[in-house]
Amino acid sequence: MSPPAAESYLTDGRTVWSWLTTHDHKRIGLMFLGLTLFFFLLGGLFALALRIELLTPGRTIMGHLAYNRMFTLHGVTMVWLFMIPAIPSAFGNFLVPLMIGARDVAFPRLNLASVYLYVLGASVTLWGMLEGGADTGWTFYTPYSTTTGTAVLPVLLGVFIIGFSTILTGLNFIATVHTLRAPGLTWMKLPLFVWAIYGTSIIQVLATPVLGMVLLLVALERVVGAGIFDPARGGDPLLFQHLFWFYSHPAVYIMVLPSMGVISEAVCAFSRKNAFSYRMIVYSTLGIAFVGFFTWGHHMFASGQSTFGSGAFGAMSMLVAIFTAIKIFSWLGTLYRGSIALESPLLYTLGFMFFLFFGGMIGVAYATTSLNLHWHDTYSVVAHFHFIMVGATVMAFLAALHYWFPKMSGRCFPAKLANGAAVLIIFGFITTFVPQFLLGNLGMPRRYADYPPHFQSLHVASTAGASLLAFGFLIIAGYLAWSLKSGAVAGDNPWGSEGFEWKSASPPPTHNFSTPPKYPTGPHEYAREEVPHAA
Amino acid sequence: MNELLRRLFFLPEQASTFAVKVDHLHYVLLLTTLAVALGIGAVGLVFLVRYRRRSASDPTPRVLAPVWMEALFIGVPLSLFLLWFVLGFQQFVWVMSPPRDALDVYVTGKQWMWKFTYPGGPSAIDTLVVPAGRPVRLLLTSRDVIHSFYVPDFRMKRDALPGRYTDLWFEAPKPGRHLVLCAEYCGLDHSQMRGEVVVLPPADFDAWQDAQRRNLPVAALPGARIQETMAVRGERVAAAQGCLQCHTVTGAPHIGPTWLGLYGRQEPLEGGGAVLADEAYLTESMMDPLAKVVAGYAPVMPGYHGRLSAEDSGALVEFIKSLRPTRPGVTAAEEPVYVPTGR
Amino acid sequence: MPPEAVTEHWGSEGARRQAAYLGMWVFIATEVLLFAGLFTAYGVYRSVYPEVFRAAQLTMDVGLGTLNTFLLVTSSILVALAVHAVRGDRPGLGGALLLAAALLGVVFLAVKGVEYAHHVKEGGLPGDAYRFTEVPRVGASLFFTLYFLLTGFHALHVTVGVGVLTVLGVRSAAGTFGAGYATPVELGGMYWHLVDVVWLFVYPILYLA
Repeated sequence: MSPPAAESYLTDGRTVWSWLTTHDHKRIGLMFLGLTLFFFLLGGLFALALRIELLTPGRTIMGHLAYNRMFTLHGVTMVWLFMIPAIPSAFGNFLVPLMIGARDVAFPRLNLASVYLYVLGASVTLWGMLEGGADTGWTFYTPYSTTTGTAVLPVLLGVFIIGFSTILTGLNFIATVHTLRAPGLTWMKLPLFVWAIYGTSIIQVLATPVLGMVLLLVALERVVGAGIFDPARGGDPLLFQHLFWFYSHPAVYIMVLPSMGVISEAVCAFSRKNAFSYRMIVYSTLGIAFVGFFTWGHHMFASGQSTFGSGAFGAMSMLVAIFTAIKIFSWLGTLYRGSIALESPLLYTLGFMFFLFFGGMIGVAYATTSLNLHWHDTYSVVAHFHFIMVGATVMAFLAALHYWFPKMSGRCFPAKLANGAAVLIIFGFITTFVPQFLLGNLGMPRRYADYPPHFQSLHVASTAGASLLAFGFLIIAGYLAWSLKSGAVAGDNPWGSEGFEWKSASPPPTHNFSTPPKYPTGPHEYAREEVPHAA
Repeated sequence: MNELLRRLFFLPEQASTFAVKVDHLHYVLLLTTLAVALGIGAVGLVFLVRYRRRSASDPTPRVLAPVWMEALFIGVPLSLFLLWFVLGFQQFVWVMSPPRDALDVYVTGKQWMWKFTYPGGPSAIDTLVVPAGRPVRLLLTSRDVIHSFYVPDFRMKRDALPGRYTDLWFEAPKPGRHLVLCAEYCGLDHSQMRGEVVVLPPADFDAWQDAQRRNLPVAALPGARIQETMAVRGERVAAAQGCLQCHTVTGAPHIGPTWLGLYGRQEPLEGGGAVLADEAYLTESMMDPLAKVVAGYAPVMPGYHGRLSAEDSGALVEFIKSLRPTRPGVTAAEEPVYVPTGR
Repeated sequence: MPPEAVTEHWGSEGARRQAAYLGMWVFIATEVLLFAGLFTAYGVYRSVYPEVFRAAQLTMDVGLGTLNTFLLVTSSILVALAVHAVRGDRPGLGGALLLAAALLGVVFLAVKGVEYAHHVKEGGLPGDAYRFTEVPRVGASLFFTLYFLLTGFHALHVTVGVGVLTVLGVRSAAGTFGAGYATPVELGGMYWHLVDVVWLFVYPILYLA
């Protein structure tokens, strides 16, 4: 890669060794980006195989066992190897120090260690996949996961190790945001992306250890018959579900909070406006991080949990939904009277808002408890969390990739092509997942290798949408790879953004800032005139 | 209106009293969602066109949300969500509290079939027969892993857990047939673990139950959607032919060797040697049981040559093959005791 | 460690100390939640099998458990005194106290080993390995599973802590730390107090009531 700028973090040491031993948060962020993209590709291939199998009832290309392994691998890869590290570890690492005017994160060596832990965990998981892979689903529900004969142990172990990588990243960000803000950069001037990463980090450090312990217990159950979750030995399988969802529900917010941060940045940058209600977004971020810990039981309404327990969890879930609704209104308000540029990050942002709203409202419907009894464990749930994880998080991931591509590489990408790909992705998404929502209404349970024929037409529609999506991703991969070498040189701030990360050169020098940045105002203050209220 | 919305949202038929209630809430929620989503889309589009960027350095005003608008954005959705929650939770409490006069049926899930047992008999595999217009309470448990009893037409499901009972009740107002699916992933043939609820008019139900209890042959329920698997048929044959009087399926030895885990095992023979219990040996033992007797058992089994059709003996082999111990060395979970919850 | 090399990154030594402390507190929070999963499981099964858990508890060697509590609390006090000594610029004394605390940790592990040997002999082992005839299997095997998990995890932390205290003790005795640079000793001390506090919860629920 020829350097657009004279000196940057990319040219400071060109050997592989200089990358492998780097303490530079930007290089670590890029390594995470590369790794997570690889696993996104892998998980996407698994998804395509699943969609092809579901084209017809009965066997299409694989048997039941292969299908069960495939959906487990899809889930494990997408959730633990892509979704959880994607935005926090990749973009968070790259951007948080830049946004707060620091030279690096608080503990650069721990940061490098978290890359290696991730690589180790991912390798162990991959080894498990080569051993044949688990067939438990990414949720590892006992007692099935403790009795099945497939290679569950390496997958558990891999996820366990990745958990530590997550904890180190979260710990680092908390310490960084608390102690390394540049002079003059107070809490309420912090970019919203930093707030989002901060909220995410709190969840990461508090929830992940519980997951680590529960995975270890499942592993022990398989190895020595510990019996904690096994009714044959006096244990209780529901305890597993409680402990698992105590982590995995907040984990949903690990996946979606950073994406909300990306959208907050992109919406301001591409409408040249300050956030409509900065403080509502900040407080709702912290609110989600906090209340998210008390909603896990909404995964268990049909499991035999007590009726009033379900009621309490349902009511708490409504509160979490409110925080999300607040953000959507604030983003819409930000567009008002702005100067809106139709660039690909903004297109993804609009898609994000729409899908997050729709997916979120389906979540609200689940939280009414009575509707949940029909939808629980059907394709409706599959559609719901794909609306959130693909419709929201992947859209935000793509928005981030495009918005900060010039920041990271110093190059521009072909804007028209990118807009076309964004439209294709959004339509592909709708065609893939709206039929799945209807399938759920019709009563199609999830994790079915085979299904009664009256579900087929909707499955065919969904598979058609998935191929559109795949095509869209191919286009993006193509033009971004091309732009890395041959894109136009971007200059320091091609978007004209007032986000703090653009105060340094693009790509930034190794120590981020050649002169100490000043912070007279909060981020994204474009206004020349003061209008205190919506006119 | 109900019918139109039901079809619009691809919902299956409403075959229980609960389905009718819950669908109305469903319509309200989905229509609100669609309306607000359209509103958001429209506002977004208007902003996009009205405020599109005209030059690279358009001046923009600094607009902050006034407090009353923030309060509105929090208050309106919150009160709406809480209202829905109250409505939904009322229905939930109602559907979680079985009425006292319900007909009890015990349901056992195992990989990959449903077994329905009526107190006082009979038992049935994969087909649950219930009377119309009368509440039915299902007491669910599982023999191996977690299953979930799901009837889309009833809009309800409940997990069947090993080692404990959960319950679910419904009332189907009209006779009909409804698909039963397993909604909790339970292994290899999870997607094949289907069954059927047959709702009969009360008089027909009584006649059916009476005939079953007196062991009279009943004409197969017409037009069953589910094809009986070989293993299920084998279980029926085993019961009908009296096999289970001497062979257990639980792992305990009885007059004959247990069938649990028999298939594929090396069996020591009376008088030395061993034999692999494969299809050939199992079939031979049915037709000519005294040819190779397993060590430790008396040669008392009658031959079934001519008494079992080829299909039936094949089905029996399939049934024995399906009886794998859940894990080596550990016997299956004990059947839990149902403890009434003082309803 | 000479602080000049890092102050540019940190702005000031104060910010650096603050970050180190904050990082340690966050780490302690994750450790607490790691144990919280096991404590939850203990609470759940104790409420399901109250009698069996009580019977299993009565077979524990309360004497050895109490001895271990005494050892850990004493070592925690020594560590606190060591931190005080290092802050007061007496690194030699601090090093000696840290090494003494590490030694008490080793004795703790030895006593734990003796207890484990008893359990192995009696058959009080987790899960399928359970052979103990005095208490019925259902429920008691869970008690012993949780016993081994809780004490085993704790012993793992003690082992790590002994290593940390030894390194800190040797370096302190060599004069690396002092009034101007006590952060590693303070952080090591925080970790050791965490290990102690966890034991103060493990001990009563497994040995006493």
